[in-house]
Amino acid sequence: MAGIEITGLHKRFPDGTVAVERVDLSIRDGELFVMLGPSGCGKTTTLRAIAGLERQTDGHIDIGDTRVDDLPPAERDIAMVFQFYALYPHLRTRDNIAFPLRAEGLREEEVDRRVTEAARMLQLEPLLDRRPSRLSGGEQQRVALARALVRQPRAFLMDEPLTNLDAEIRADMRTEIKHLQARLGTTMVYVTHDQIEAMSLGHRIAILNKGRLEQVGTPMEVYDRPATLFCARFIGSPPMNLVPVELQDDALRGSGGLALHAPDGLARGQAVVAGVRPEALELVAPGDGAVPARVVSEEALGDEVIYVVETGGQDLRVRMPPATRFAAGAAVGVRHTGGAPPVYDPETEEVLA
Amino acid sequence: MGAIQAENLRKAFGDVQALDGVSLDVPDGAFYVVLGPSGAGKTTTLRAIAGLEKLDEGSVHLDGLDATRATPAERDLAMVFQSYALYPKKTAFANIASPLKARKLPQSEIRAAVERVADLLHIERLMNRKPAQMSGGEMQRVALARALVREPRAYLMDEPLTNLDLKLRVEMRTELTRIHRSLGRTFLYVTNDQVEALSMADRIAVLRAGSVQQVGAPREIYERPVNRWVAGFVGSPRMNLLPCRPEGGRLVGEHGWTLPRPQWALGESGRPLLLGLRAEDLSLDRRDESASLGGELYALEPLGDRTLVDVDLGGTVIKVKARPSIGGAPGEPIQVAVDLERAHLFDAETGDAISR
Repeated sequence: MAGIEITGLHKRFPDGTVAVERVDLSIRDGELFVMLGPSGCGKTTTLRAIAGLERQTDGHIDIGDTRVDDLPPAERDIAMVFQFYALYPHLRTRDNIAFPLRAEGLREEEVDRRVTEAARMLQLEPLLDRRPSRLSGGEQQRVALARALVRQPRAFLMDEPLTNLDAEIRADMRTEIKHLQARLGTTMVYVTHDQIEAMSLGHRIAILNKGRLEQVGTPMEVYDRPATLFCARFIGSPPMNLVPVELQDDALRGSGGLALHAPDGLARGQAVVAGVRPEALELVAPGDGAVPARVVSEEALGDEVIYVVETGGQDLRVRMPPATRFAAGAAVGVRHTGGAPPVYDPETEEVLA
Repeated sequence: MGAIQAENLRKAFGDVQALDGVSLDVPDGAFYVVLGPSGAGKTTTLRAIAGLEKLDEGSVHLDGLDATRATPAERDLAMVFQSYALYPKKTAFANIASPLKARKLPQSEIRAAVERVADLLHIERLMNRKPAQMSGGEMQRVALARALVREPRAYLMDEPLTNLDLKLRVEMRTELTRIHRSLGRTFLYVTNDQVEALSMADRIAVLRAGSVQQVGAPREIYERPVNRWVAGFVGSPRMNLLPCRPEGGRLVGEHGWTLPRPQWALGESGRPLLLGLRAEDLSLDRRDESASLGGELYALEPLGDRTLVDVDLGGTVIKVKARPSIGGAPGEPIQVAVDLERAHLFDAETGDAISR
């Protein structure tokens, strides 16, 4: 097991494309670290550089105490997982898990030892002689994970392993990965473009955009206080409301009359963009000091209702409990319930306060 | 006018019974969603209604008139697909105008119709641009405008948002709701995404393996699923389903847990049941000695506005919706209070809901 240090990583491809501008990361030993970003942000290139599948143009990578810049992938003692494949239906659990080890040409005693060890770790011993058709959905997924994790490297690198699975299985696999990583305690670097996956899995998340780091933080840090407007738009669904406001009389005021608590450190009259999460707003009956608004749409999602309301020419998304009923077209009041929201400089797009 | 009645639609492709007696009653002006996983028969249903698929059996009535043998053109329905191929060399205006041009409408009428939908979709400023000068979301809007520029009896939509990224999908959901309201016409919309169905529909038909499982308003489907399959398919995270057996006044679970048996289920004999509990009907904060489940913390999944807590009940892992500030380490003992008023019970054999 080992931490991973990335210093000044830069990658330019022969055709001139710059995939990674500059990335510095300090991934801790035993951490489940997620790299999140849209396609083309440089996350996969960074992961491949750690694995040694891609040689960086500049910068250094250390795994544990070893500088690995000049080591081939096989000597880095890491395991790359590209995808969790379905189980082979004709093979028993034991042989499904052993499959990648046999493919590597390991001796049968060694295969046996590793399979037994993995099965003990993942509590699969009672299932070793069953075929997939006799396993529940959750058990099948644990076997698929065991097969991916049967090697015992210093770190696992995962490149969107859940992408091709359907939504239901993805949700279960997320849980299993999180649980198993905690049990194994092995450093894991996990790449995804899915912000829900990133939030639910990561101890910390690095958000990348155009080959640069936008933010590194715990899921709640990234959620509560996105460092840039890019992060604010990327994390959370429905996304944060981005409201142009101005500091007047100690409050942030928007065009529709919405008033928000002002953070410290802003100048009077300063125009900024406030980031307001849908759950930091609430709808009430019109009047009562609330900002007048009109309901554009009501999305009842079962355990919550997302309202889109229009006020001052802007659409705001509001998250409400399932029992609330405001009809589309209805006049309502909207109120801010949270503390001071993060605010952004409209020019630099960076968080100010 | 756009009422659609499909009666007992049957269609086989070789050995596969794609539609096994599908009936839909779509009122004029509804936003009606057919929801199901891939392979359920959604697209075949839509194509049969559009007249693009020949049926083995069944009938289609449009505004009360039998259209089972009518040609697609006679049915006067517009299909909207998930791909949005635009003519690359034409401007947005010309792209949107193309279906009307093909019908040889007068120029002034075409202009008025294009302007109407451009206004509806907020794309007036794109009218002179070509696809290469637009973002993906803008192209999607132009494609939607092209589909909406005609005024047919009803719009049939086949997963139109599937290829968009999450952010655009969320925006387009709101947009479609808004458009539906201002057009006032029937939308018959098929999707495999339960969030789309819950958020946009005024009625949902849940389809599985060529047959309709349940029809109802979104809240009805969510709060009163008729069987374990609908219960598991609608809602995210998926409903927790725990095998158990009624014993006297209690429900006894596989792993030894017990809960008081809800009043309305006292008539059940000893047959095996599934207890259905939604993540939001479970609580880690509330203390309830009489109705709680003991387990171990399995994993924590923060989602921002809430944290999903996975609790291992001794072989079965359930999900509990909790406040975002919750903490804990795997293996910690944990008590989950159950809101039995909101619990569901299903027959473990047939999967049917035990009615209250």
